[in-house]
Amino acid sequence: MVSASPAAVPNEFEYLLRLGDDRLVLGHRLSEWCGHAPILEEDIALANIALDLIGQANLLLGLAARIERKGRDADALAYLRDAIDYRNALLVEMPKGDFAVTIVRQLLYSVFALLQAEALQRSTDADVAGIAAKAVKELRYHVRHSADWVLKLGGGTTESRARAQRAVDDLWPYTGELFLADDVDRAVAQTGIGVDPSPLESSWQSTVRDVLGRAGLTIPDSAYMQRGGRQGRHTEHLGHMLAEMQIVARSHPGASW
Amino acid sequence: MTPNKADPVAEDPTRLADFEARIAAGATIEPKDWMPERYRKQLVRMMSQHAHSEVVGMLPEGNWITRAPSLRRKMSLLAKVQDEAGHGLYIYCGTETLGVDRHELIQQLLNGTAKYSSIFNYPTLTWADIGAIGWLVDGAAIVNQTMLAKASYGPYARAMVRICKEENFHKRQGFEIMATLASGTREQKRMAQDALDRWWWPSLMMFGPHDSQSSNSDELMRWGVKRKSNDELRQRFINLSVAQAKAIDLVIPDPQLAYDEQTENWTVGPIDWDEFWRVVKGNGPCNRERLAARRTAHADGEWVRVAAATYAAKQAQRESPSEAA
Amino acid sequence: MTTMANDSTTRATSGDGTSAPEDSQWPLWEVFVQPPGGEPHEHAGSVHAVDAESALQNARDVYARRGEAVSIWVVPSIEITASTPDDMGPFFDPGNDKPYRHPQFYKVPRGIRM
Repeated sequence: MVSASPAAVPNEFEYLLRLGDDRLVLGHRLSEWCGHAPILEEDIALANIALDLIGQANLLLGLAARIERKGRDADALAYLRDAIDYRNALLVEMPKGDFAVTIVRQLLYSVFALLQAEALQRSTDADVAGIAAKAVKELRYHVRHSADWVLKLGGGTTESRARAQRAVDDLWPYTGELFLADDVDRAVAQTGIGVDPSPLESSWQSTVRDVLGRAGLTIPDSAYMQRGGRQGRHTEHLGHMLAEMQIVARSHPGASW
Repeated sequence: MTPNKADPVAEDPTRLADFEARIAAGATIEPKDWMPERYRKQLVRMMSQHAHSEVVGMLPEGNWITRAPSLRRKMSLLAKVQDEAGHGLYIYCGTETLGVDRHELIQQLLNGTAKYSSIFNYPTLTWADIGAIGWLVDGAAIVNQTMLAKASYGPYARAMVRICKEENFHKRQGFEIMATLASGTREQKRMAQDALDRWWWPSLMMFGPHDSQSSNSDELMRWGVKRKSNDELRQRFINLSVAQAKAIDLVIPDPQLAYDEQTENWTVGPIDWDEFWRVVKGNGPCNRERLAARRTAHADGEWVRVAAATYAAKQAQRESPSEAA
Repeated sequence: MTTMANDSTTRATSGDGTSAPEDSQWPLWEVFVQPPGGEPHEHAGSVHAVDAESALQNARDVYARRGEAVSIWVVPSIEITASTPDDMGPFFDPGNDKPYRHPQFYKVPRGIRM
């Protein structure tokens, strides 16, 4: 049900791209583990999380395309936009790194995404609310899985703790962006279609600090928070990722798959 | 579940005769049943190699997940490769009922003493290869697995039943990809035909050497672990696949392909067994890469596995200090 | 005999003085899955995991991702006590010499619903 008023469309479109791109980029990063995970059970677990996220992305980008009314679909948005038109947070485009980087990043993102999805269940847009309700169940599981692993890595061996700590140190400067609100966020929060992310931060801090604390991991003091992803100002990582992701689709313009 | 070790009087002819009679009568052998040591060994070999194949098989297809050209194809392929991991897992667990640890089985794969299906030593060069693999490689595997669902060893048969249920979507997915390409742009059609040209003959080789050249087979047939011959299964696969190729207007790369009215079979030209043995013995296009990838994943993952086990040991100690692990 | 990670000459250090287990594929757990519709739990297979929480998660990912389960039980394989085929006689004999276990043994007047 596409109900946004013409004036609201650009904001809602932008907002849905942010939600969809976060999940598509992160899902893609997770899928890179398939066939290379530390143990068979984890190949399956990470693939599950990747599938959940790409599935959510497919729905969100599809909704964005319908709202835009320019004849695009989810695939056109996914495969034919350049990096500067992507709206994901920088956190999710970071390379998958080692298993500690992947798991710590998953924790940091999933706690945020769960809070966001729980709030979006009350969206005034029925489609958004519906997608959010399904996402909540999946994201709860992602939080559970990544939190369990963070505890194991932090409380495991000297090596696992060192790797986990390095991951926290390296990724922490990308977490602030998740809660930075701009005019787009304020506009969609106004109409009730979306959710302003900044009020979510205190719950996020409390959950994340609790898990990291129990894992024996420390949080860097005042790190400068990197930003720009929401405005299309990405790291160099995204360009390479999209080049790989989009190559086949772009090589055959107009083809169906 | 601890299975019985082989009795000191293991190959007692009476017990062996009873055992073979049970199998001939269609009984299922379970982990705690008496079995000849050689039966146990053959099954460990067959099952672990099957499991290794599923796991190595994740690599050629996994190669295209990050380049899948639509979101739907991306999700489908990821789900398929995930299923393959699951299949490997089911079969490893089935093998473990015979008294061997998965860690040991994996060592055998990585140090080169265990084999895996050599079809996975071929490279995936285009998106169309994903279609060809689903259609032909999974198609061939289904023909084999449907037979194994009636294998005499219970855990193997049950794993196969579970796998067969999941495989059907794999084959359909592959065939659908090929059909879409074959009716798409000229470039897509060319891509599909090229993939069929490269995957057809290796798929036929999946069924193993001709019956006349096959050594293990008699014993495996008698023990209900193999119920149809290589050639029988291969012929079944050929008949199915030729019809499917024609339906989507692709050409089987065999100038000698001909229909025999009498037997109602499609007959094929000579299979290049030199190529087959060359690939089996380690000189296929990707043998080194496949093993290297598995060795790297395993080595890179060691600190993770050890961390989890260490954490659990510490937790257990905390919970019951008197029962330190 | 399924071997579990225990003795080894090469151990990683865990950083708090205790020596870590050597590399393994983790202990084996048996998985029982209850389908929707009131049926009992049924043995689905096994998974490897270091503890109950991750065994449950792994079991769900491996055996229930197609929505076939409303409940999952996991048990360390080593905790399962199984009968042996030799037990089969006394335990599993259909009890042809104990007809009182079967409904046909009992006569009920015609027309009475039981």
